Order: sequence, then structure tokens, then C-alpha cells
Amino acid sequence: MKDYEVVIGLEVHVELATKTKIFCGCSTEFGGAANTHCCPVCMGMPGTLPVLNKRVVEFAIAAGLAMGCEITGNAKFDRKNYFYPDLPKAYQISQLYLPICRNGGIEIETETGKKWIGIEEIHMEEDAGKLVHDPLNDLTLVDYNRCGVPLIEIVSAPDMRFAEEVIAYLKKLRLILKYLGVSDCKMQEGSLRADINLSVRETGAEEFGTRTEMKNMSSFKAIARAVAGERKRQIDVLLSGGRIVQETRRWDESENKSISMRTKEDAHDYRYFPEPDLVPLEITEEWIKEIKAREPELRDAKMARYEREFGIPAYDAAIITGAKKMADIFEETVVLSGKPKEVSNWMMVETMRLLKETETDAEELLLEPGKLAALIALIEEGKINRTVAKEVFEQIFKKNIDPGIYVKENGLLMVQDDSLLKEAIVRVLEANAQSVEDFRGGKDRAFGFLVGQTMKEMKGKANPGKVNELLREALEIK
Amino acid sequence: MDITKLTALELAGKIRSGEISVAEAVRAQLDVIAEKEKDYHCYITILEEEALERAGEVQEGIRTGRYTSPLAGVPVAVKDNICMKGIKTTCGSKILENFRPPYDATAMEKLYEAGMVVVGKTNMDEFAMGSTTETSYFGATRNPRDISRVPGGSSGGSAAAVAAGEALLALGSDTGGSIRQPSAFCGVVGIKPTYGTVSRYGLIAYASSLDQIGVIGKNVADSAAMLSVISGSDARDSTSVGQKEYHYMEALGKDISGMRIGIPRGYFGGGLSEEVKSEVLSAAQMFREKGAVVEEFDLEAVDYAVPAYYVIACAEASSNLSRYDGVKYGFRAKDYEGLEEMYRLSRGEGFGQEAKRRMMIGAFVLSSGFYDAYYNKALKVKTVIKREFDRAFLKYDLILGPTTPTTALKLGESLPDPLKMYLGDIYTVSVNLAGLPAISLPCGQAKNGLPIALQLIGKPFGEKQIIRAAYSFERGWAD
Repeated sequence: MKDYEVVIGLEVHVELATKTKIFCGCSTEFGGAANTHCCPVCMGMPGTLPVLNKRVVEFAIAAGLAMGCEITGNAKFDRKNYFYPDLPKAYQISQLYLPICRNGGIEIETETGKKWIGIEEIHMEEDAGKLVHDPLNDLTLVDYNRCGVPLIEIVSAPDMRFAEEVIAYLKKLRLILKYLGVSDCKMQEGSLRADINLSVRETGAEEFGTRTEMKNMSSFKAIARAVAGERKRQIDVLLSGGRIVQETRRWDESENKSISMRTKEDAHDYRYFPEPDLVPLEITEEWIKEIKAREPELRDAKMARYEREFGIPAYDAAIITGAKKMADIFEETVVLSGKPKEVSNWMMVETMRLLKETETDAEELLLEPGKLAALIALIEEGKINRTVAKEVFEQIFKKNIDPGIYVKENGLLMVQDDSLLKEAIVRVLEANAQSVEDFRGGKDRAFGFLVGQTMKEMKGKANPGKVNELLREALEIK
Repeated sequence: MDITKLTALELAGKIRSGEISVAEAVRAQLDVIAEKEKDYHCYITILEEEALERAGEVQEGIRTGRYTSPLAGVPVAVKDNICMKGIKTTCGSKILENFRPPYDATAMEKLYEAGMVVVGKTNMDEFAMGSTTETSYFGATRNPRDISRVPGGSSGGSAAAVAAGEALLALGSDTGGSIRQPSAFCGVVGIKPTYGTVSRYGLIAYASSLDQIGVIGKNVADSAAMLSVISGSDARDSTSVGQKEYHYMEALGKDISGMRIGIPRGYFGGGLSEEVKSEVLSAAQMFREKGAVVEEFDLEAVDYAVPAYYVIACAEASSNLSRYDGVKYGFRAKDYEGLEEMYRLSRGEGFGQEAKRRMMIGAFVLSSGFYDAYYNKALKVKTVIKREFDRAFLKYDLILGPTTPTTALKLGESLPDPLKMYLGDIYTVSVNLAGLPAISLPCGQAKNGLPIALQLIGKPFGEKQIIRAAYSFERGWAD
């Protein structure tokens, strides 16, 4: 049997986190009642004209710089013409001839090692509205709220060969964009959408095979399945002597297969031409420097600072900064608690464990820094011990409980009264005469067992230091 | 008082002095419209109630000193492709027959700030596509100088209204001659300013890179005054270009001695009627007598202006007019099955022949495989033409020639042969391609009594020079 290799390139659309739309002053906020975030300009009413939002250009340049791209000094906009009800002007203002950024790339890391993925270009464009089907009245309605929300489209080179590389690439893009603050990259809200261009060829072949495009993939899981499914479909077609048709396909999650949408023959001719309503941009070196200077602290700088300022090991710093959300929570909690190592421990051990257990993406982590700081304070003040703290942390993670209230209501506060502990120790020593013997015979392990038994007797609410101290006292006396 | 005998500036003076009230002036204007409209059909919408109501406000504003413009209180007509809030703005098309924009064009806001009163929206070729005003869905306008003839276009309603006394001043738009050509045919003055002088916000686009709002008036002074009112940079139009000042009336002096005027030899070749040629050449002689230095020169590439213009204008139009799809506003066909048929029938029934022809040409020249041969080539021609004018302006302050090759044509004569109609734009379109200012003003009469006009083309933002020369000529001619 022949051996096949997959070749994958990605077109990623990212909604930019500007407050207002790309060509008018309307809000970009997600949600909102239908057609409430629009005006004559983003609705494309006759006679209205676009005015470019400068922030969009700055965000696109910032993204380009972070991805090692060249910035096009005289970038300009073009019109992409096609009819669809969600596109009120019947053309999308986009960039074809002179996109804002070109010729960059990023390094990704998978289990097989590091790899460079080229980025051919990044261009700016406006988003379209949304069609909403009303099944009750059998009507299709249009919501123009999203119309004119700024997008950048990041076009990769056909450099990926495996689904793992695709996911690693997307996660890296997301990390960079989130650190830059140019997008919230929420796939479920559609602020990061990926189109997958995929072809297969016999291993070792020079020429690319015919590719298909799968549109608007909106979760990592779906992408991984789509890559696997489309790979298999194309190989099956070739093995059975067929040919791949260049076409746009839609990945159907429920059917777990891709479905043809339109072939090259009935593909649109977009009749691109320069947008006459906007003048070419003038991007000066000074402006680029200014944007660069305003760049927030990115991941590498953060990692170095965590090591330097907080004494956090490099490995831990890498894990924590591996998701912008983790780093944000970490830093905020450090400010509130003043205990960087303690916070780091909670992130590294319990947070990572629970993320894995609940199959949550670190970028989706919901953990209030104030609550983690309060938990740390409870430990520091000797009000709860670590065993209890782990239980409380899990409750914060899963149910967002208030730690102070939770420990009180569940009677988890440490017992401060020594006499109660002493009584418990007496009971434990009586019940475990053999262990006492062993300890005296020089078996240190027996001491640990007795500590455990005492904690159990105290229902976990004893101060472990105190238990040690009083237990040793009691054993020596005896 | 017969207001048709007054200029706009004279009427404004009488309003300021209290000799006549704004309401009386507006009433008088509406009476003229009521009397003559059946003969000429200059308007698509007459705003009788609105104008009378507005007259009261303006009167009060003049009293309190809110309106101090030299045109405060003057009734004015507006071409129906300029958006007026809440008022039907049809573009002469069935597809926008009932469209009422929820916003004012910037030029409209400027008219209001100047205390002017809009009496109606004027007729035009559908989406400003045409040179006769015959492509209007609402029927043709007739030339007041001879009702068997067209008033020109596409701002034919505006030019005819001023010629007929149905308006003292009017706004038009000029993409390839749409202000200057009808002004020439109707014997009035029309100014197309430099691209970027007047905001295009609210002007319903035909060809965005060429469209400019301008003015049509009885004489140069009225037109200059109105141009001052509507000019200015606008944050809502990225292609608008700010100037230090817009005091065009300062240019209304007679002295043009030493002014250097170039006449392109190529403008006097085949296709130009003998009568027009001789009137324009004698006008050139008059400029000489007034002390200007007038000489002939060769302006290259103008032969390619008409094809380049139609390629660029149609390409942009095909995109600009795609939004009229029956989805959001405007005409939607009644019986349709599914989205595609809704599009097809709405656009098929909503647009007229000329608009369809230009959209088809535009879609073709932009289509994959033809883009470089047509659209890109046309853009190169545009650049060459601009460079040719730049070079000419190193030597001359302005360029003189005819506005049109002939006098007004007979109704029904042009549409059957669109290519011939397009060639009538030979003297006007290159000005739009180069983005220059130009004025058309009467310079004589044909034997049959129809007006003949000359065109003065200025440097970028050289409005004052063409206004000064035109004013001086007008005075000389009138004296």
C-alpha cells in the first residue's frame, strides 16, 4: 500500500478586541438584541462611507510584528464582491493586493519537536452579519450586529503535516494574540475561526495534491477530527482510483464527515478591485516603533521575570505562562497574597490536576484570584491545614465558593484547643500499642502512622505542626 | 416680485434688508415651479410643505443672527442622489423609489447651516448614468431653451430648474461631466470642484473615485457663493481634502491680465461642431483682449479618456449598485421562489437599461482573467492623463476648451446609440479622471438659439483661478 502525507495550510479569522467597529463608531460587543449595534455606515446604506478605525491597523501591525512579519507601508483596502444577505453592501472591504503584513512565521512545539510554520500574510477586513432562521414563521432574518466587526485573517504557508501541528499552531497563535491583547480568541463566540486547506500526496512527492477547504472550524476537537476525517476521505478517493476535486467542504460534527458545499466551477469570482472610498495607508517607521513600544509583556519576558522576581523555576514559569489566563490569574493572586511561590504551587499542582480531570482548556480557566488569595491567607493564618485547603480549592475551582464562608459552614477550621488534641493523642496511643512499640524500637515510619491516626481522630482539623509536637512529647513521656 | 429676474445673491440681499421675507421668496419660487413644472419636469419631489415650514425657521434665524451666509433664505434645488433625511431620495431609479434615508448628506447639513431652503429634489439619469436625463425612471426632463431637446445629464433636472427659473441655485453631482454638460446645454453656470473639496458623505455613489458634488447657478457669482457653502473637509469622508479656506467669492474680480491659458489642440478636432468651435475660439480671443496669455498646446492621451472613464466608472458602479438587492430597503419583486430569484427579479425589475448595461460592463472588466486587460489598463491611462495635466499646469494657470462637442440634442436621439452618447463626454471625463476643478459657462449661441458653453479647467484646488477667469469673461460677455 502507498504511503500518504497530509499537507495543511490554515486561514485563521480573528475578531479584534477594539471597542468600536472597523469603519464606524458602533460597538463590537458580542451579543446584544438583534440589530442594535449598527448604523447607516455598517448597514451599507446608500451614500454612506467607511472611515478606518486606527486601532484596527495598530492591532494588525502588533500581531504582524509578534509573528515576525514585514509591515506593508502603503497597505490599502480592496473590495471583494459577492451577493449574500448578511453582507449589506454586497462587497466586503478586505485586502488582496497590498495586505498589512507579509512573510512571517512562528515556531510551534509538538511531541516530535520544534517546527517553523510560515505565515504568508495577515490582512484586515470587516466581518459580515448573521442569518437567523425563524422556524416558527419559516423566515430567514438578518442580524447586522456583527457586521463591520474588525477581523484579521492570518494565512499560513502549507507547512503543517499532522493534526497535532495544526492544534499546536492554533494554540500558539491564540497565545500570541491574547498576550498582545488584540483578541479574546473565543472560539465558541466565533472570535477565532479557522478554515483548513488540506491535500494529500504520496510520501516523498514534490508536487502538492489538489486541496479542499473546510470552512469555519470552531473547536480544537472538531479540527482534529476534521483533519483525520478529510485525510482519510482523500486517501480513500485516491486509492480507489478517483481524483480529488478542488472544492469547499463543510465539516459536519454530528456526522463526523465533511460534506461538499461548492466546487471550483461554481466558486465565486470576487471581482476584487481597490476600495475607492478609502485612501492608501501611510505606515511610517515611527508609527511602527510606537506600536512596538506599547507592546505588552509577552510570554518570554514574563517567564524570565517570574524566575527573576519570584524565584519560580523555569519549568513552572513555562507552564503558568502557557496560557494567558493562567498568567493573569497568577499575577493578580500574587499581588493580593504577596506569596508568589505559594500561588505558583497552587497553579502547578492542583490547578493543573483539575484542568486535566475536567478536560478544561487552560485559557477557559475560571478561578477568581481573590478567592485563591483568601484560601492562601487561611493557610497562612493557621486556620486550615493543607488537606482541608485542597478540598476547599477544588470547591473554588468547580463551584466558585467563597473559601471563608465554606470552611465555617462545613466546620473545617483547625482546632486550636491543645487539650482536645492531647485527649485525641491519648486515645490514639492506647489504640495503637504496637506502633508505639515499633517507634520506640527505632522505626521512624511508625511515627508517621501515628500522626496520620491522630489527624484522622481530629477529623483532619488539627494543625499538623502541633500534632507532631504534642505526639512526640507524649511518646517521650511514655 | 418676480424672483426669476433676481440672482440668488440679490434675493438674499433683499431678504436681509427686509424687503422680502423668506416665506415670500419660497412661496414665489414654489409658484414658479407650479406654473412651469408641467412643461419641463425638473423635479422628482417638490417639498412645498417642508420648504414653507423651514422658511419660518430661517427667517427667525436670520433675525437672531444665526444665519449670516450671503445666501441665507435662498430657495435651492437638490439633485435626487444627495441624501436628505426623511425625504425620498430616489436616484432617478425604481429600485429606490420609496427610499427615505435616515441621515443627511454632509452637503445638506452645510446648506442648512447657511440658512438655505430646499424646495425640491431634482430629476436625473438613473444613478447618474446618462447624459440626457432620459434614463430617469420618473420620465425625461425637457430643456427650457427648447422643449424638444434634452437638458443634458445626469444633473439635467438641476440645470433645467435653474434655466427655467424653477430654482435660483441647485446642487448637482459630476462623475464624468454630469454638472458641466447639462449646464452647457441649458445655458447656465456649473462648477465641478476638485475631487475631495466637497464631502461625498450622503451622495449616493455611482463611481466613487470620480464623483463630486458641485453647484449649478444662473451666474458665476451665485455659483461661487454656493460652492463656498458646501465645501470643506469631512471626517466622514476619507477622500475629502481640507483647504485653508473656501472664500471663493474673493476671486470675483475682473482682472485676469497675465493669466496663462492653454488650449489643447486636440480639443478642436473631428466631432466638434463648427458653431461650438467658432464660439469657443472667439471666447479665447476675448481672454486675450483682457490681457491673458492664450496659446495652443498638445495634451496627450486625451483620446483614451472616454474608454478609460467608462471602464473605471462602470467597474465601480457594478460594485456600488450591488447593495440594491431587495433585502434591506428599496424595491423588492413580488413573486419569487428563494433567495436567488428574489435577487434576480428585484434587480431585473428595479433597474433600467442603462444602469444594467453599465453594471454588466463593470462586472466584466473586473472579472478574473480580464482585470489586467481592462480595469488595470484604465487605471494606468488615468495616471497618464493626470500626469499630462500636471505637465500642462507647469506652463498654464488654466485650460480652456468647449464643454460639449455639440449643442443640446433632440429627445430620444441619444439612447439608441449609447456609444455615440458616451463620445459626447470627450471634454468632460478627463477632468474627473485627473480629479481637477472645472467650470462650464455660456459663451455664445447657435443659430437655432441653443446655448454654447466653454469649459475652464483648473489646477488641483485652483477653484479661485477658474472662478476669477469665468467671472471676468461673464462680465465681458454681458457688457
